[in-house]
Amino acid sequence: MDKLISDFSFGLFFWQTILFIGLLLLLRKFAWKPILNAIKEREEGILNSLESAKNARKEMQNLTADNERILKEARNDREDLLKEARSMRERMIDEAKGEAQVEANTLIAKAKESIETEKQAAITDLKKQVANLSIGIAEKLVKEELASKDKQVKLIETMLKDVKLN
Amino acid sequence: MQKILLYILGFLAFNFSLFSQHDLEHTSEQEVVELHEGKSLKETIKENIQHHLQDSHDFVFFSDSETGKHYGFSLPVILWDDGLKVFSSSKFHHGETLAEVDGNFYKLYHNKIYKVDVEGTINYDEHHHPTNAKPLDFSITKGVFSIIILAAFMLWFFIGIAKSYVKNNGVPKGAAGFMEPIILYIRDDIAIPNIGEKHHARYMNYLLTVFFFVWFFNMIGLTPLGINVTGNIAVTFALAIITFLITQFSANANYWKHIFWMPGVPVPMKIILAPIELLGVVIKPFALMIRLYANISAGHIVLMSLIGLIFVFHNWIGSSLTFFLAFAISLIEVLVALLQAYIFTMLSALYFGFAVEEHDDH
Repeated sequence: MDKLISDFSFGLFFWQTILFIGLLLLLRKFAWKPILNAIKEREEGILNSLESAKNARKEMQNLTADNERILKEARNDREDLLKEARSMRERMIDEAKGEAQVEANTLIAKAKESIETEKQAAITDLKKQVANLSIGIAEKLVKEELASKDKQVKLIETMLKDVKLN
Repeated sequence: MQKILLYILGFLAFNFSLFSQHDLEHTSEQEVVELHEGKSLKETIKENIQHHLQDSHDFVFFSDSETGKHYGFSLPVILWDDGLKVFSSSKFHHGETLAEVDGNFYKLYHNKIYKVDVEGTINYDEHHHPTNAKPLDFSITKGVFSIIILAAFMLWFFIGIAKSYVKNNGVPKGAAGFMEPIILYIRDDIAIPNIGEKHHARYMNYLLTVFFFVWFFNMIGLTPLGINVTGNIAVTFALAIITFLITQFSANANYWKHIFWMPGVPVPMKIILAPIELLGVVIKPFALMIRLYANISAGHIVLMSLIGLIFVFHNWIGSSLTFFLAFAISLIEVLVALLQAYIFTMLSALYFGFAVEEHDDH
């Protein structure tokens, strides 16, 4: 203890105190404050970044979920549309088929009618021609057998009879 | 101050011993006789150590005892003796002559300046302490000079780091990258756990400054420059008293209540505890002062004694063994340098923590 006191140098104590306080004040203003602030700012920056990254991830998840929902809805819509289109097509085909049937039936009916008419005309025409032919034949026969009046009448009667029979 | 000389001689002696032991013994004996002028080697080593531990008025890197030449530079002496007296320490010629200033004579005796008469007589009391008048000595001694240089270095270094943070957008690069973990350690593992999240910020400046100041000076003390600042009681006293004053002036009502009227104990205990607690207030910084001083001084004494032993054993087995022992102690001292800086900072933080502790913290 005695040695400690005798070793004590007041001058060194004085200078050390002044210099140390000076150093402390200067370092506080020009070194520690900016350094600690920079570290703090960086730490806060990191925290904020982490927070925002977390938020972004959450948003991303929400977005993905939304996307999936929208996609699902779109798929459903498409299916509905396809179904509707399919049914519409079938309906249209059915309608078309019905209309075609009706048209065809009409056409067939018309054709039958016209065939009938034509047939009747042909038969009439044939009858006319047969009559003309018969008249021709009759003329020739008449010319040959014109000599006898009786024969003529008899022949005519026979011929007519045949025609009627036909 | 002859540490470096001893170091160099140690290396030389070790190298010579590899060639011829006879040669070594021969030269060593000659050296003993010529270097130390009749004093025994052990006494010379002891004197060197004593001299090294104390502050001095000139900055001598090493000296040659043979020719009496000192390699270094002198520093200004500032005395207050009925007026300011400023002169160069070269006037003392390393304590060999008296310095005459304005008709007064001053003598350098055991690194202290005494006022003497023209013959330079020193009167002693019965304990062999000089009784001469001691003028107030505000000299820029080796210690003060070292503090100025280191303070300038620290300003340059840490302001540079602060600027690099601004320049690099808060990213630590270069020296900042090396220092940041230490700064963060002091903040996160010393200041915040001891003082608390709420109050730690205002003590950070002091804790950082004192940590780096003590650590740097402890490390400088291990270099062969022979600077011993943190092993000087005046310096550790100054540091401890600053910690003490900061503690007392930032203390809240709760702290004083714990000293003078301890809550939670019966009244007689309160009365007994008050003087004990009050004593503790003084003992805490006192322990801080002694711890740093004693550890660093002890380290220097051990290291220098071991280096001295190299010369005491002047044979190659003993000298080389002591050399490796000194080397090992040097490594331990590097650890102690950091450890003592840490302990000083840590305990300061702990005391600040007591001062600002709030009641609901318990």
